[in-house]
Amino acid sequence: MSNLKSFMGRRRNWTIPYALFLVLFVLLPLVIIVYYAFTNIDGKFTLDNIKKFWIHPEAMQVFLYSVVVAFITTILCILIGYPAAYILSKMEQQKAKLLIILFVLPMWVNFLIRTLATVALFDFLKIPLGEGALIFGMVYNFLPFMVYPIYNILQKTDQSLIEAAQDLGANPRQVFFKTVFPLSIPGITSGIIMVFMPVISTFAIAELLTINNIKLFGTTLQENIYNGTWNYGAALSLFMLVFIGATILLNREGSSKAAEEGTLI
Amino acid sequence: MIKRIFSTSYLSILLVMLYAPILIIIIFSFTESKVLGNWTGFSFKLYTSIFHGGIHHSLTKALWNTLIIGLIAAFISMVLGTMAAIGIYNLMPRAQRAIKMMNTIPILNPDIITAISLFLLFVSLGFTQGYATVILAHITFCTPYVVLSVLPRLRRMNPNLYEAALDLGATPFVAVRRILLPELKPGMISGFILAFTLSIDDFVVTLFTIGNQGLETLSTYIYADARRGGLTPELRPLSAIIFITVLLLLLAINQRAAKKKL
Repeated sequence: MSNLKSFMGRRRNWTIPYALFLVLFVLLPLVIIVYYAFTNIDGKFTLDNIKKFWIHPEAMQVFLYSVVVAFITTILCILIGYPAAYILSKMEQQKAKLLIILFVLPMWVNFLIRTLATVALFDFLKIPLGEGALIFGMVYNFLPFMVYPIYNILQKTDQSLIEAAQDLGANPRQVFFKTVFPLSIPGITSGIIMVFMPVISTFAIAELLTINNIKLFGTTLQENIYNGTWNYGAALSLFMLVFIGATILLNREGSSKAAEEGTLI
Repeated sequence: MIKRIFSTSYLSILLVMLYAPILIIIIFSFTESKVLGNWTGFSFKLYTSIFHGGIHHSLTKALWNTLIIGLIAAFISMVLGTMAAIGIYNLMPRAQRAIKMMNTIPILNPDIITAISLFLLFVSLGFTQGYATVILAHITFCTPYVVLSVLPRLRRMNPNLYEAALDLGATPFVAVRRILLPELKPGMISGFILAFTLSIDDFVVTLFTIGNQGLETLSTYIYADARRGGLTPELRPLSAIIFITVLLLLLAINQRAAKKKL
């Protein structure tokens, strides 16, 4: 007992329970994905699951399609969200805070219910369900994740830099494109990380908005697990993981910022 | 002036678009029709029938499960995450970086990858899926956020206070309780709220770890409903109530914060 006391008396040892937890519930599961990806049903080593990517390219086609949808969604989120974040950053802080809350609040209604309501709205306005509705639904769901990080960085921008640009004779447009915008790029990157990946891997939203006509990669993953083809599902998950890992490595700073940004939404 | 009108109308249009579906849910919670979008006259019936057991028993049960899982997962995440943050703060830089990196994995991983990896873990370990696995899964993706909301509080506090308490004869446990915890409380509370929100909002991870013993949370209940093609009408008033409650709470908190500042 006194051993335990002196052991826990050193504060750095307080990390140990969580470190063990992370190993068991974060690292080990990822190792298990790799294990399943390279074995068959009997647990024997095989590359068949990986070969299946190009022998039966349906899953990869869905993946590419999802990347395109995610790309369009991300671009639209930036185009729509940036001006909103910019306007918010110019407001009094108290008012801006209230509006930010209003932007984030819809997330409190379960997203499936919101999506079904969007479907009802489209029906009412006689807008056909399909690709357009899908993109709208995605932008609608993910816009707050773009507005918030951009607002956050714009609002912290050093005003003296802007004043300096003005003093040196830049016109408003130059001030924006040469000072404000470049300084806000980290905000955009964390927004991209918070929108792009999740869109690729959503499932359920796409089916509801397109009456089951279009599915995204998330659905492919889910179907494989549900139909019992766990090994192939694991291989596809591994593919996704490698894709995420590459994006994060290419963009270290943005990702760690995105992670911290996540705390605030 | 023109600029101002433009800004205001831009934000207003965006907000109207964001809120249109929610307004539809609220409006149609006051009618009895089975199908969303079909108005069959004003009625409070759906509101009263949420609170009557009977046919909608499964909905109330799902609601309770959601709240219980959320509270347990958020509480454990808060304790585990706060301890971890205190530990991380006192680690050597290299170990600190390693743990922090592992801590961001669940945040950056898409839900579905977390879900599949945990599903395969529970299957491999032979765990029966149910309450325990859902709570463990929720702790997995909630705790990183608690760590991230407690760490800044530690960085902001005077590191000598704790040592001073020890020098003055406090045992480490007393020093933690009397010195550290009061300073960390705001971070712990916001971590708890965030964890609770994430937990009750989660759908994908829950779906994969809930098993097939008939356990349902609100989100899996809604998913099953949506797949059958319709939404249980009582979900409309329920969503409306949740939404309005959160709206009022946040506005009240914002008001109070504004007053404190003045």
